[in-house]
Amino acid sequence: MSEKVIIIGGGLAGMSAATALAQLGVSVTLLEKENQLGGHVKNWDRLFPTRRKSDEVLAYFSEHLGKNIDLHLRANIRSISRNGRFTVTLENEVEIKGDAVLIATGYELFDAFRKEEYGYDIYDQVITSAELEGMFRSGEKPLLDGQVPRRIGIVHCVGSRDEKVGNLYCSKVCCVTGVKQAIELREIFPETEIFNFYMDLRMFDRHFEEMYFEAQKEYGINFIRGRVSECAENQDNSIVVKVEDTLTGRPLKITVDLLVLLVGMVPRPETRRIADMLGLPMGDDKFLLPTDEHTKANQTPVEGVFLSGTVKGPGCIAGTVADGRAVAVEIKSFLDKKRTQD
Amino acid sequence: MKEEGKRRLWMEYQKEVADDRFFYVRSCVRQNFFPASEKVFLQIMRSELGKDVFEKEAHTTCSGIGYHSDVVPFDTAMTIIARQFALMTESGYENFVTSCITSFGLYSEVIETWHHFPEVLARVRENLKTATGREFKIPANVSHASDVIYKFRQQIGEKGKHRLVNRYTGNPLKVVEHIGCHYSKMFPAKGIGGAEYPHVLIGMIEDWGGEVVDYPERRHCCGFGFRQYLVQANRGYSISCSRKKFDSMQPYKPDFILTNCPGCPMFLDRWQYAISEMEGITYGENGQGIPVLTYEELAGLVLGYDPWDLGFQVHQVPVEPLLDKIGVPYNPEKKFLGSTGQYIGKPDAPSVLKFYSNV
Repeated sequence: MSEKVIIIGGGLAGMSAATALAQLGVSVTLLEKENQLGGHVKNWDRLFPTRRKSDEVLAYFSEHLGKNIDLHLRANIRSISRNGRFTVTLENEVEIKGDAVLIATGYELFDAFRKEEYGYDIYDQVITSAELEGMFRSGEKPLLDGQVPRRIGIVHCVGSRDEKVGNLYCSKVCCVTGVKQAIELREIFPETEIFNFYMDLRMFDRHFEEMYFEAQKEYGINFIRGRVSECAENQDNSIVVKVEDTLTGRPLKITVDLLVLLVGMVPRPETRRIADMLGLPMGDDKFLLPTDEHTKANQTPVEGVFLSGTVKGPGCIAGTVADGRAVAVEIKSFLDKKRTQD
Repeated sequence: MKEEGKRRLWMEYQKEVADDRFFYVRSCVRQNFFPASEKVFLQIMRSELGKDVFEKEAHTTCSGIGYHSDVVPFDTAMTIIARQFALMTESGYENFVTSCITSFGLYSEVIETWHHFPEVLARVRENLKTATGREFKIPANVSHASDVIYKFRQQIGEKGKHRLVNRYTGNPLKVVEHIGCHYSKMFPAKGIGGAEYPHVLIGMIEDWGGEVVDYPERRHCCGFGFRQYLVQANRGYSISCSRKKFDSMQPYKPDFILTNCPGCPMFLDRWQYAISEMEGITYGENGQGIPVLTYEELAGLVLGYDPWDLGFQVHQVPVEPLLDKIGVPYNPEKKFLGSTGQYIGKPDAPSVLKFYSNV
């Protein structure tokens, strides 16, 4: 079998698909724009809900990628054309040919600066959940002027379910990440009060609800239902948060020494460029659309072009890994059928 | 505070402001509250900057206060505004400048409505034609007068005689800026600097030598809030809003407050007196309160106009301490003389707030 699959994107979706295709005996070229594989997951410290190290998951897929994989790092795509087979041309003029293309370009994090009222990149003590993960990884403690924070606020749904920024969808992973990070902060700072400001807590997956209860019962995390309306900075750099507590129906003003914004997922602009080269459809949410979201969730209207992972919309790691394996089966089936027809 | 972040945001919210040939519409209330501000705007535009600014006596209220108090329906407001545009069109102008922030907000809201609902625009045109026989063009440019002063702030600064610097310490004066709610909270893109960190007054303060104070309750309402004050039973809420702001800004020791709305300077100025009478509390230094200025008054001050020609004698919080800090000359004997030199009377001294330096 000489068919080859070009996978665009070396995050978990691409790595999972590449691993599965290798196991099925299909040759894979994996293109990653950064200088290492792992996508966003390599920036996370511990994964919900088990709080295992993210590096363990990445290590598993790195080991199982196989030695025969044709890996291109720092690969930026200039063009994609089709003349029988697909030709992907990179910016360094390398041409790669393949019989199928898998788009696994994932997502990017919502730019918290766009929620101007929260003061990200303006107030020193406002950070994103991604930056907090980076601190967890490096062991750096999020202090205020060298002191242990007295209170920490965590804001849910930043850039998600928000008509004002044009994102009506739920990013799925932020609720449970907020619960996980609240617990982790409480472990680092046992005396610090922690407040999560949420609209709904969407604890949809296995162990999530239990983790939410654990956060309240064992860790004493305060969950306030209401959206933050604005933040301002005090003279000592602490942050004044104004929020409505919709359960008591009262406005609340609270000072926190650190404010963590749970940033959601948004489509990558590069994905749009690639989709335009191939003529792929996009949903109202600007994520790519498969042929049928129930029965052909990895296929596209363009024969030989497949989708996997969060390029189709927000998702969590377990789902992304499963989707990578699912698309591998779809691609193998497509190649087998194509060979028979040829 | 990361100033770079703010600057990045300001760059995203720059708007087109016309360069010349303005049709100017006054506010219903400002000539009572701060009587020289509009006159000073016209003087600066015409005499200092050489601009063509035209106004017409047939101009009426925009009905904004009635509209926001739910006593004037939107259709009526739109027709009144269509008539103002007809006056502009008949006068041969297309750049519309408003003195009032609420007018600016309502003009913006009406034009935005017409943009999205052309059938409403057609109806308003028909209503105006039927009622008055008039026709109109939508202005090419709608700006608030503070946008215009912002645009020409460097020229004003270059011509200026005074800088916003404390002459005793050599340090920049610390200034609280307060933006009217209807300036950009409804349409962030229509305000210079957007809604959360508007730059329109900051640009003037910094260009003229001052330093801006960013305090926690910066975005909070001045206390007017229309129904907070217009409904008498709500006035406790009005004064508590103002007090919340004063309490929040006081630790930063601001030298004065700068505003761009009709209501804000009125309430931030007058309520300081009311709070002092009710609770014995004064803000600012030496029991004298924190002076509150309009941007026109400040521009006039920078340009070296006589403080009494700027209407400072009708401020409740005395402005003299600020004039002393900057080094603006003034004759205390002339404070209560009218434009023809006649004595206009002077108010009794408040019991707590120091209105007269010798009391």
